[in-house]
Amino acid sequence: MAGSDALATGTAGVPAAPDTVKILIAGGFGVGKTTMVGSVSEITPLRTEEPLTVAGLGVDDLAGIEEKRATTVAMDFGRITISDELVLYLFGTPGQQRFWFMWNDLAVGALGAVVLIDVRRPESSFAAVDFFERRHIPFVVAVNGFDGRHPYPAEDIRESLALPPDVPVVLCDARRRESSRDVLIALLDLLIAAAVD
Amino acid sequence: MTDSDASGRLVRPFALTGGRTRPSRADFTLITTVTAVDPPPEGAPRPQAEQTRILRRCARPVAVAELAALLDLPVSVVVIMLCDLLEEGLITARPPRPVLPRSPDLDLLQKVREGLGRL
Repeated sequence: MAGSDALATGTAGVPAAPDTVKILIAGGFGVGKTTMVGSVSEITPLRTEEPLTVAGLGVDDLAGIEEKRATTVAMDFGRITISDELVLYLFGTPGQQRFWFMWNDLAVGALGAVVLIDVRRPESSFAAVDFFERRHIPFVVAVNGFDGRHPYPAEDIRESLALPPDVPVVLCDARRRESSRDVLIALLDLLIAAAVD
Repeated sequence: MTDSDASGRLVRPFALTGGRTRPSRADFTLITTVTAVDPPPEGAPRPQAEQTRILRRCARPVAVAELAALLDLPVSVVVIMLCDLLEEGLITARPPRPVLPRSPDLDLLQKVREGLGRL
């Protein structure tokens, strides 16, 4: 097929396309996912919107539904260029629980995930923890402080989420670049440790 | 077709795809990188206005999600249009690095780790 022959072939004068990988930034609505993506991304987070009628209902043809009001589900993402050959994308998952069907697609091919937790209402991210546990997708839990403050030690958060001992819990401030970077590094260390085993 | 905001937002993009909401090929992910073929192959059909917009945006390699955001179109719409462009030989597509949970790529992980360390 013409398409598969065309895959990965470069064009004269244009830099070769880099390898791409992705990490998901998940968690409840309003926990700071886009803030984290934005603080560590080299670009201002970009947003894509998908009409829900298409994404959710598996509509094949839109004839006759012109009058239906379009609901969209938005997703923010950022980019970190690792090298000329490798680019990492960070995808903030849609926070609302009813849009979770999008997560399955998003999760395919991800290196792993960060589950971000709002220290004031950790229960809003329970479902995200559950999602990655069930699918055996490696993740770290990042506790986003309120105004950078952390009233609870990481171990208390681990207990309240009933996290297994092998899931790292990191205290962070999603507004700060170094802090968000350290969360991603914690995830990579987890992935590397699992790969070495 | 009305052009009001309520329906226009949904309907107008899919007018670009002739009403299709499913791509003909499944090999475009959010982080598949696409690049315009320059110069276009001999005998390739003349691109339509919206296709030209896409081709201009991928003169250098760009990920599908970025392309959709830059064009302010749903990813699903952009993917359908990219399928046409790929079949016409006007773009190339590079799939993302495969991630196999059962056989992790240590070299890849270390490269990402080192890159993050440099931030």
